[in-house]
Amino acid sequence: MEEKQPVLELQNVSVGYDSPAGMVQAVNDVTLKIYENTIVGLIGESGSGKSTLGNAIMRLLKNNAVLTSGTIKVLGKDIYSLNKNELRKFRWSQMSMVFQSAMNALNPVLTVEEQILDVFLSHDKNMSKTEAKMKAKELMDIVSIDPRYLRSYPHELSGGMRQRVVIAIAIALDPKLVIMDEPTTALDVVVQRSILDKIKEIQRVKKYAILFISHDFSLVSEIASQVAIMYAGRFIEVTDSKSLIPSERHHPYTQGLLRAIPHLTAEDVTIEGIPGNPPNLVDLPSGCAYHPRCPFAFDLCKKEQPQIRKVDGRDMECHLYETVQGGV
Amino acid sequence: MRYILNRLGFFILSLWAAITINFILPRMMPGSPADAMFAKFQGQLTPAALDAMKKAYGIGQSTLWQQYVDYLHGLFTFNWGLSFMQYPTPVSDMIRGSLPWTIGLVGISTLLSVFIGTALGVYISWKRKGFLDNTLPVVSMIFQAMPYFWVALLFVFIFGFKLNWFPMAHGYDPAISPGFNATYLTSILNHAFLPGLTLLIGSLSGWIIGMRNNMMYTLGEDYVTFAEAKGVRTSRLMFSYAARNAILPQLTSFAIAIGNVVSGSILTEQVFSYPGIGNQLTSAVQSQDFPMIQASFLLIAVAVLVANLIVDLLYSRLDPRIRTGGE
Amino acid sequence: MKAELTPTSQINGKSQNYFLKVLKPLRPFFSNGKSATGFIIFLIFLIIAIFAPLIAPYSPSAAIYDPNLPPTANHWFGTTNTGQDIYSQFIYSARNTMIVGFGAGILSTIIGLIFGVVAGYRGGLTDAILSFITNLFLVMPGLALLIVIEAYLKASTPFVNGLIIAMTGWAWGARVFRSQTMTLARRDFILAAKMSGKSSLRIMITEICPNMMSIIAGNIMFATLGAILAEAGLAFLGLEDINSTSWGIMLYWASSNAALLRGAWWWFVPPGIGIALVGLSLVLMNFAIDQITNPRLKTQKRRKNRGRKAASA
Repeated sequence: MEEKQPVLELQNVSVGYDSPAGMVQAVNDVTLKIYENTIVGLIGESGSGKSTLGNAIMRLLKNNAVLTSGTIKVLGKDIYSLNKNELRKFRWSQMSMVFQSAMNALNPVLTVEEQILDVFLSHDKNMSKTEAKMKAKELMDIVSIDPRYLRSYPHELSGGMRQRVVIAIAIALDPKLVIMDEPTTALDVVVQRSILDKIKEIQRVKKYAILFISHDFSLVSEIASQVAIMYAGRFIEVTDSKSLIPSERHHPYTQGLLRAIPHLTAEDVTIEGIPGNPPNLVDLPSGCAYHPRCPFAFDLCKKEQPQIRKVDGRDMECHLYETVQGGV
Repeated sequence: MRYILNRLGFFILSLWAAITINFILPRMMPGSPADAMFAKFQGQLTPAALDAMKKAYGIGQSTLWQQYVDYLHGLFTFNWGLSFMQYPTPVSDMIRGSLPWTIGLVGISTLLSVFIGTALGVYISWKRKGFLDNTLPVVSMIFQAMPYFWVALLFVFIFGFKLNWFPMAHGYDPAISPGFNATYLTSILNHAFLPGLTLLIGSLSGWIIGMRNNMMYTLGEDYVTFAEAKGVRTSRLMFSYAARNAILPQLTSFAIAIGNVVSGSILTEQVFSYPGIGNQLTSAVQSQDFPMIQASFLLIAVAVLVANLIVDLLYSRLDPRIRTGGE
Repeated sequence: MKAELTPTSQINGKSQNYFLKVLKPLRPFFSNGKSATGFIIFLIFLIIAIFAPLIAPYSPSAAIYDPNLPPTANHWFGTTNTGQDIYSQFIYSARNTMIVGFGAGILSTIIGLIFGVVAGYRGGLTDAILSFITNLFLVMPGLALLIVIEAYLKASTPFVNGLIIAMTGWAWGARVFRSQTMTLARRDFILAAKMSGKSSLRIMITEICPNMMSIIAGNIMFATLGAILAEAGLAFLGLEDINSTSWGIMLYWASSNAALLRGAWWWFVPPGIGIALVGLSLVLMNFAIDQITNPRLKTQKRRKNRGRKAASA
């Protein structure tokens, strides 16, 4: 069987930024492969580095954040070796990003249509305005917004509509990879559901590879086939979503997240949070960053950073399953 | 629409306030300037003129309200009284002669200042860490701290007195007779250059720094990053995404800036003996010409209010959130 | 063997901490070359103002020296056309200008606070009325109003001028304070204070104002600058008591005696530079405050590129 080229390939990627306290690693030694026609979820608490990773893949790092090591390849191309012009052309036509909180992602003084047209006209010099307008209309159909709203300004649309406009802009050039950074976080539950369904529908039709970033565990495990769980900048586990059930062996953090989800139809299972707080990236705990909050932590956890190991076919960074006595 | 009505309402209300303040001020001051002035002109004016003065200033008049009504009546029929320092010229004539000079000078230098300042502000905010970004704010800050009239004095001294490049006073060469000919017009430009330059430089720094700050704030907004990500070309990014948004707060500060420029122009006109309305106000104060003081102050205030209204309406055109009444 | 803390070293330790604590609020001024410069310039003029009688060689009004002298050894800035020493005038004027400027600046900030915070906190009709008055004063041409008031008051001292300047120039601050108060008033800690029964006045003074400290400081500087320029302008136009000393009055005398046409630059250049330097120091210090209140403006320090950009291995 021929090895298919991954759409996105992260190899030992680290992103750091300069703070008054020194170099802070927001993303630390992260490896991942995403193939076409899959939705991969990226879960983490706020401050875990997941948005930074999204920005790094798009080469949109700001505020003194830089890629400190590793390679990011999209469709085989090293993103950081492209010059400015190549990057501008590559971006959006091959990979795009749906920003968090669409309220701020749209320019308040331009109409929706103008902002969609901007995508077409700045990537294809030969496209006529009429042609672009037709495509804009098509996009609106795909995301189920009445084309009448093309002439509206962002502030005239509801939150859900704005998010769908941002999605429309992201898929305008039919990229191979779409990164979605918390696309539903700022919306209420009902609208969240409709957006999620819309994303699933679009993906089914267009067969994109999607990296779905969120802190909402239940949301991600529903929509994604593969999930990467991020803690203190590291991928502490990468697993398929089908096995995200309490009976399977997972990283203690993952187990904590699983336990914290309420299920409408579940039996009487107690919901527990995870005690403690996410670590301060400037002052990480020694060894495994999770050990202060881990119920299974033992001596080794405080001393040594666990390496990636395969446990039941899943990638995990945990000492627990290495030893013979490991396992719940 | 509601916005426009709101702004018009403010305009009318402030107009009324300015008119009324103008009316109340002389009557409020200690020492009753009206009486002092009356005593001063006692022997110099005809009984009819004295009577008119009495009426205008309520000396010997009965009710305040009656005086107010007379005042308003005179105001709106352009019957603004006769000047004292140039008796018996009507005040309105004198103003008609001086107002265009000021509007021309202030108008043109302000517009130039706004355009150049805004453009420079956008430029240095984009080319961050550049040479200009480090020097321009400091240089303009130095100019911002200097008093308008002192800069004017320096210009007169250096360019007028020492180098003799430009004339040092007046609106045009008194030897030339006014008319629509080239010599006259060149003379006007020649005489307007230094005062105009003074006004331009005085307000330039405000625009540069203001626009630069607005741009830096705007460039940090998500929609700019999103636009950059989706591949918008730099020129369109700078203009339609960044500058179009950054300029909005600039417009609001324009309203206050107009007040400053007008103040600066009064001083500048004094230094250059420029025949504008600011100069007229100052001379009127120095010679205690009360009808003139009232009229010129009011006109200056009205001019500023009108300019503000225009800017407000312009703002509504540029910001769609105002236009469609959204939150 | 541990050295024991002797009582004296303990006391020294305490007083040292206190000294550092006092200097702490001044630290932001030194974070930046520009604002440090501004602060130093300001300090110099402050010292000149305070120690004026000790620094000035002669009395500023004594018209007993040779008139119209250019700068000489005895008269560093030359003399006026009536034989007064310009240098001494300059020194004493510094004092008046700083006092009037700062006084008016602080007063105008206070008035602005009253109008702005009350309007922002109360909202409703109070807000509508106060805002209208604020906008009115904001839009009116300041100098023109001042000139007219002066006309009816006749000539007045720099101090009275300062008072009038404060009473007409507070509007800009009021607007800023109002919008800031409106943002703060929605925050939880204000709600908590309200629920604990604190009176509105108390909340405004003890909860809201301390949170606007940097904006208030910035406004004081801005207002002081405005006051100095306004006072100079009024004096220049001849609307100030001509027997008082201030840089504006010096310029008035210089221009009414045609110093320009006689080439007597030493008369009108120093007062202008004085105003410009004090003004500049305020603007520079304001720069530092701006960077505190709006972190997005922090000019990016040149930093070596530490990230890996090229592809390798």
